[in-house]
Amino acid sequence: MTRFFKGIGASPGIAIAKAYPLKSETFVPEKRTVDDPEREVERFREAVKQAQDELELIRRQTEEKLGQEKAEIFEGHLLILEDPELIDTIEGNIRDNAVNAEFALHEASAFFVETLLQLDDETLRGRAADVKDVCGRVMNRLRGTESADLSGISEACIVIASDLTPSDTAQLNLETVYGFATEVGSRTSHSAIMARSLGIPAVVGAGEALREIRPGAWVVLDAEEGAVVADPSPEELEEYRKKKSRYDARKAELAQWVNRPSVTQDGHRVELAANIGQLEDVQKALDNGAEGIGLFRTEFLYMGRDRLPTEDEQFNSYKYVLEKMNGKPVVIRTLDIGGDKELSYMELPKESNPFLGQRALRLCLTRPELLRTQLRALLRASRYGNLKIMFPMIAVLDELLAAKRMLEEEKAKLIEEGAELAETIEVGMMIEVPAAAIAADQFAKEVDFFSIGTNDLIQYTMAADRMNESVSYLYQPCHPSILRLIRMVIDAARREGKWVGMCGEMAGDETAIPLLLGLGLHEFSMSPGSILPAREQIGKLSYGEWTALADRALQFASQDDVQTFVRQQLSGGDNK
Amino acid sequence: MIAKTFTVVNPTGFHVRPTKAFVQAAAGFPCKITVSSKGKKANGKSSLSMLTLGIAQYDEVTLEIDGEQEEQAMETLGKLLTQVHE
Repeated sequence: MTRFFKGIGASPGIAIAKAYPLKSETFVPEKRTVDDPEREVERFREAVKQAQDELELIRRQTEEKLGQEKAEIFEGHLLILEDPELIDTIEGNIRDNAVNAEFALHEASAFFVETLLQLDDETLRGRAADVKDVCGRVMNRLRGTESADLSGISEACIVIASDLTPSDTAQLNLETVYGFATEVGSRTSHSAIMARSLGIPAVVGAGEALREIRPGAWVVLDAEEGAVVADPSPEELEEYRKKKSRYDARKAELAQWVNRPSVTQDGHRVELAANIGQLEDVQKALDNGAEGIGLFRTEFLYMGRDRLPTEDEQFNSYKYVLEKMNGKPVVIRTLDIGGDKELSYMELPKESNPFLGQRALRLCLTRPELLRTQLRALLRASRYGNLKIMFPMIAVLDELLAAKRMLEEEKAKLIEEGAELAETIEVGMMIEVPAAAIAADQFAKEVDFFSIGTNDLIQYTMAADRMNESVSYLYQPCHPSILRLIRMVIDAARREGKWVGMCGEMAGDETAIPLLLGLGLHEFSMSPGSILPAREQIGKLSYGEWTALADRALQFASQDDVQTFVRQQLSGGDNK
Repeated sequence: MIAKTFTVVNPTGFHVRPTKAFVQAAAGFPCKITVSSKGKKANGKSSLSMLTLGIAQYDEVTLEIDGEQEEQAMETLGKLLTQVHE
């Protein structure tokens, strides 16, 4: 009978094979008194030495197979074996109490495992697995036992285990192990991280019920759903096989686009960038083939804490992103709070209409120190990559000029202080307020680029609160009024030789992309997961054709008409 | 003995990699290095001991350094505490 187990999809994909349950044994040593504690210490040191040799070998193998970064886990293990607190505690226990090495090792290991498991931080709790893994290795050497060797599995299978130690995961034979499911664990445990870098599907945290799966039973691992399915019926198995081949085919299709430029059929090049709001997202952007960061929201530096971030704290974060992007453009937006985003430690006046109130740059201009600190941190970080600074929520030219003046003043101060800055730092602004879109020709003379923030531009143009469901029908990105505003902005920028990007949700929308391309948008910035499908789509479009088609789309009277028109064209309709 | 308090900004707090860098640097100094955070103390030359502090982003961490080369140790280790490592 089919059995379902619900867990967490820790590494994407679908795998189908027979179950290979790993037996887990927990060994608790007896406490014994030894006659010669010094000799026992020697025996312990010898076991540590052997464990170190093993680890060094695994580290080298992992480095060859998975690269240096993954091998660092084992450097961590080696470090644990040199840890003065651990080693001194164990040797001290043997000497002072004349106990056997196994017992002393078990006690010390249990202490650190317990302490780590009590921490709030999930990742640090996960480090308990490292301590267990390492101490288990030394224990095996003391007892002369072997640890389970997963590299020897010779038949296609899905490994089912209570938990997989980092050493287990690194030694999996990928020819035969199609995926694994564990009873415990989270997305951030080592085994989950390893599974992602090995590229095999994994479901973790599926609970003790997994023990009921018998060896050799058919198992489907559906990491998309976080599900483990054991003993499926033939019909279910067939369904999953189909789902798997669809998934694998799509993944392979998209993977081809990771390192390719974003070019239309007729050779028009655009840039596909990522929106990020956390330092951790940078890797995701790179993995998805981002050609830059089109919007780095800096609010995370200010939120979830009890005081303002210092200049150095900000500098370190900006430097990290710039270095990681390695010369690719990184557009960093200055602080955008107010509206619906508040800071607990900063008294902001209550406003009856916060979205029309003192938010973002408006707030920063009345509290210049807020902006100056951020600008200094940005300028100092500029020499580590390709930084572009962007100001949000500008309505009139004076606001932009005031912000630019501050930037120039901070630049001059830093140079006087002897700081090294990048030679060129582009300065741009968001286009969110209709007033700025309408007067874009005047702004274009004062900036290096525009980035259109569609979510706000739509809400302000339609005068429709995007949080209010009763007017949500007015959120119409492809309404001709919005498209005409976008055209005005792009045309104005082009006349001054400046580029235009877009960092709202619209930039990743498959119906909007052809129109935006045709209107001459240069940079499309979206959530990392949308980049590859967008690149694939753009590769099939003709810029020349869509320039003409966008012209026609702007003449329709409703969003529905525009979208119908675009879809017809995309499906090769006869409406040309 | 000198003491100084720092704020950790590394987004994931002080996990394995930053801890490793810290402990390795600490081991290079002859002085005694005590790290404390949220009322707990740890030996700055032991990564396990450091990990049990559970240092998260924006936590304040105090270094107490006693002995030879304490000034240099404070400078080097303070930098490691306030850097973004990931």
